[in-house]
Amino acid sequence: MARLTRRALLQRTAGGAAAILGQVPLDPTRIQGRGWRPQGERSPFERPERRPWGPEGGVSTSPLQDLGGIITPADLHFERHHAGVPAIDPERYRLLVHGMVDRPTVFTLAELKRFPSRSRICFIECSGNGQRGYRQIEKDVTPQAIDGLTSTSEWTGVPLATLFREAGVKPGATWFLAEGMDAAVMTRSIPVEKAWDDAMIAYAQNGEALRPEQGYPARLLLPGWEGNAQVKWIRRLKLADRPFMTREETARYTDPLPDCTARMFSFEMDAKSIITFPAHPVTLAAKGFWEITGLAWSGRGRITRVEVSTDGGSKWEPAVLQDPVLPKCHTRFRFPWRWNGSGALLMSRATDETGYVQPTLAQLRAARGLGTLYHYNNVRAWRVEADGRVFFGLPSA
Amino acid sequence: MRRYRAVVAVGLGSALAFAATVAAAEPAPSPRAPRFGFGRPATAEEIQAWDIDVRPDGAGLPPGRGTVAQGKAVYAARCAACHGEAGRNGPFDALVGRGPRGSFAFGRDPSLVRTIGNYWPYATTLYDYVHRAMPWTQPGSLEPDEVYGLVAYLLFLNQIVPENAVLDAATLPRVVMPARDRFVRDNRRGGPGIR
Repeated sequence: MARLTRRALLQRTAGGAAAILGQVPLDPTRIQGRGWRPQGERSPFERPERRPWGPEGGVSTSPLQDLGGIITPADLHFERHHAGVPAIDPERYRLLVHGMVDRPTVFTLAELKRFPSRSRICFIECSGNGQRGYRQIEKDVTPQAIDGLTSTSEWTGVPLATLFREAGVKPGATWFLAEGMDAAVMTRSIPVEKAWDDAMIAYAQNGEALRPEQGYPARLLLPGWEGNAQVKWIRRLKLADRPFMTREETARYTDPLPDCTARMFSFEMDAKSIITFPAHPVTLAAKGFWEITGLAWSGRGRITRVEVSTDGGSKWEPAVLQDPVLPKCHTRFRFPWRWNGSGALLMSRATDETGYVQPTLAQLRAARGLGTLYHYNNVRAWRVEADGRVFFGLPSA
Repeated sequence: MRRYRAVVAVGLGSALAFAATVAAAEPAPSPRAPRFGFGRPATAEEIQAWDIDVRPDGAGLPPGRGTVAQGKAVYAARCAACHGEAGRNGPFDALVGRGPRGSFAFGRDPSLVRTIGNYWPYATTLYDYVHRAMPWTQPGSLEPDEVYGLVAYLLFLNQIVPENAVLDAATLPRVVMPARDRFVRDNRRGGPGIR
């Protein structure tokens, strides 16, 4: 990763890089290094950045191509907010649980933290992720541009079931409304079964308090489900016997289908993968050994297999799944490759524990239609040119 | 009426009361139904301050009423800068448009623009959303009468209600949107096959 990031930095800001190099001694063993600092920071040679996604200010992507392993540094977690990032005083924060409950209850942040906690590592993905790999295929896009609306963190919080037992969910309550305290007052309806399964109110991310962009001081966490439903800056949970049909679950986050219907409450993120190296804008410098690597994930459980093809899908071979392989979590895969110097078409295909196999672009377009929205999980392809340059591409292009 | 903004003040008052009441509110843990007793009972006032959702059956709609003409005036003052005159050609989301009538071919045709008139399944959602999140520059600042009027005007522009329509908590839930029956539940279940 470092070799690419530094190269990209030098390409992007030749003058800036020269300035950084000027501060670095030629021989670090001949000069005392600096002392401790209250907060660490990246090497000045490393500049991974979120990037805007389209013209809207409320979206930024994670630099997937710059990351190793499965964890996304908190400051590089993708962003999606519908009315900006609110500033919230944790001392004034309250979570209200009401509606079809025996005991309408208000929790402070300190009270949420007093309950037995739970931590799990899982991905959060915006269901609009992958749009740039579905409809109009551009050559010069990076993994970040195509699939950067997914990130993995270790989340810590209180199981939602604990709070629901505390408030006493009434028989017949089948849905709950989750509402945020941003200026969108974001709302989604969630089936109550998810609370009894694995939903959480999370207040920590990768060992520290949530970042404001991820819902500080507390958010709903619905492992494996589309990001929009995992309401950030959560202030209210209202139990009911039906969904509320909010704007975000009707006018948005519904998936038009070729049969002239639209799928609603399509929460689960289907299995998906993307090669993050080699990928645009990398140029392979020489023939010989290169490790193909990338990420695979499924909202329905563990990734059980990732296959890689270097010839556009004629032959598939299994990739190594790097431990840990966790359910509903980014899984790192690796594949040793010896490049012979001629053109190649690199693809990855994920299978999850339900037996679901990541579809081809043609399969997904046939099932969903070209005009569908959200849940773009088709196989992605990278075309390696004979000169070593790499471009995003269609399997048949 | 800034319903959810008023909550900040309510929350502070509750926080002061909280320290005095928490001990009495804590029940003894029961082995059969283990509860920790954390949190405190929500007051009726704080529930009311945040309980702004409106459902398709009309639950949550406040008193008040609005006409198409009233809504037109509010729209010109508060909405047109972003959404364009009469809900079209704004820099932001188009609100008006019924085409293609009768087909709902959004899955087939990426060029189709989703609007209130051709895509939104419930008119009550419009009330809920405008009230909670609009206008962009002053979210949550509209009075119920203004929201009812805006909803009436937008539904009129989309040729869903007549020009003399008056919307309130009784009439709004009865508006049937053109796209109401177009929505289906998720049938993906994992396993083999692509849906």
